[in-house]
Amino acid sequence: MIDVRNISYHYHGGQEVLKNINFTLERGQFLAILGNNGVGKSTLLKCLNRILKAESGAFLLDGENILKMSNHEIAQRIAFVSQNVANTQMTVHDVVMLGRRPYMKWGFTEEDHKIVHDAMHRLNLEPLRGRFLNQLSGGERQKVMLARALAQQPKLLLLDEPTSSLDIHNQYQVLKIVRDICHNDGLTAIVVIHDLNLALRFCDRFLLLRRGEVYAQGDYSVLSPETLKNVYQVDGKILDVEGRKMVFVEE
Amino acid sequence: MNSVRLPSENKHDLTDYRKNQIRSIAFLILLTVLLLVSVLLSLRAGSYNTPVSELIKGIFGKSADKKVNLVIRNNRMPRICTAIVAGAGLGLAGCILQAILHNPLASASTLGVSQGATFGAAFAIVTLNLTGGVGISLWSFAGSIAVAVVILGLSRLKQISAEGIVLAGVAISSMLTGATTLIQYFANEIQLANLVFWTFGDLGSTDWNELRNMSVMVLILIVYCTLHRWDYNALLNGEETAVSLGINVQQLTLTNMVLCCLTCSMIVSRVGLINFIGLVAPHIVRMVVGNNHVYLIPGSVLAGATLLLLGDLFARVAIMPIILPIGAITSFLGGPLFLYLLFKGGRQR
Repeated sequence: MIDVRNISYHYHGGQEVLKNINFTLERGQFLAILGNNGVGKSTLLKCLNRILKAESGAFLLDGENILKMSNHEIAQRIAFVSQNVANTQMTVHDVVMLGRRPYMKWGFTEEDHKIVHDAMHRLNLEPLRGRFLNQLSGGERQKVMLARALAQQPKLLLLDEPTSSLDIHNQYQVLKIVRDICHNDGLTAIVVIHDLNLALRFCDRFLLLRRGEVYAQGDYSVLSPETLKNVYQVDGKILDVEGRKMVFVEE
Repeated sequence: MNSVRLPSENKHDLTDYRKNQIRSIAFLILLTVLLLVSVLLSLRAGSYNTPVSELIKGIFGKSADKKVNLVIRNNRMPRICTAIVAGAGLGLAGCILQAILHNPLASASTLGVSQGATFGAAFAIVTLNLTGGVGISLWSFAGSIAVAVVILGLSRLKQISAEGIVLAGVAISSMLTGATTLIQYFANEIQLANLVFWTFGDLGSTDWNELRNMSVMVLILIVYCTLHRWDYNALLNGEETAVSLGINVQQLTLTNMVLCCLTCSMIVSRVGLINFIGLVAPHIVRMVVGNNHVYLIPGSVLAGATLLLLGDLFARVAIMPIILPIGAITSFLGGPLFLYLLFKGGRQR
């Protein structure tokens, strides 16, 4: 279980970006963090992973306060997929192998290789194993990053705008893989995403941020014409299309 | 075109990974063989012509000809070992600086460490009127360390980015080059000749004691970097990813900067200004093995050592019996080589 209590953050000499963020999440749930640009979504994600150091508050993952742990200990519990996907001349296998870095002592063990093999198999990356990362398409690279994160065997997966540079096929594929892993394996995931319809399609929980504060949180019902107006300053409605919720923005 | 991959493609791509591994290991073996051949050629090169078997015996002082033992052990071997150790250190430091600063142009000379050493030497020769010995080496060492401290201070206190560090290095280099020119302007003829000779670089003036100290420093760098090989791989995927993989990026950057600056300043203060080895060696290896530091680190060590040894060989045999300055040779040959790699890489992209 995830319990975030009173997380606050501000940049050096700048205004406060996050103000007393509180939310909880059950194991196996897939949470979407929503809100306008610059509202602090990515900052919150980075605070949870201690890439940025929150000034106050606590973040409990299965009862352990993550903010008191070392980077190394956090890496064994939380995996992070950045929105800046690497484009380096390393093979897919080697990049996925990086996921075992938090467990590595002098070198990688047979078990590490097995876990990496499983992660690649899960995302159907075996055919690309020997290719260099800079020879792959954007969608393939994003899947490699996801495989690397899964090889970390985390309890919590953090994804920062993972679909921002992907075509519709790859957007659905990546989010479907994450949702299936959450539902089947009990992994908890948090995604920062702009596309509300993608969020409604794949996520179970929603956290809406406004001016660095939690505006609303809960299931899909938190997305309403009123929240669209207050959070995104747009007029819109939530439609029911063949049993699925969809956001329709009016001109 | 659909994106369905046939089973035969799977097999092909699996083989691709193995092929890539085999190519990387084969390249490291090739570099080792090339280094050994360069050592043999360097042993042979010179006015004292001897059969290879006698030369090898001479390394252990077992040659029947006492003169061969003397020439090999006191003259050629220290020179060859200095070239290998200095080249290995400069190559590896270049490779690591490029990784931690996310900049393919990073090297001791780009950061101003080499220019700091030159300024230190110029100050010792002209202002303090030193003519040789340990004094000049100590001052050049102090100069390069001072630059390293300034760069580290900027990165730590001001927390400037990796790209910012390289830009700061360029600014410091420019400032120190200007300061060295000013010092030269006030030098007399003897001082000027002494300073110019120092900046040429000389592999032949190192004794076994100096070589031992330099070897220990390079060995420490090799061991440290080998232990952290996967950290550099993680850094290539971005700082955020590296932190999320449990790496203390700030500490890693700081430790590597200190070790690389120490190694480079020690080398430059012993053998003079040698450019381009730290820049070119990692790029040559990268073109074959890619960016995986598991292969890139030993490759840069071997390529750096081989390049400097071949450069020295060229300097010795080009217009025998005159020995050309190694610093000028590495710049003269390294510049076009780097341009070739740059344009070849550009075309590939």
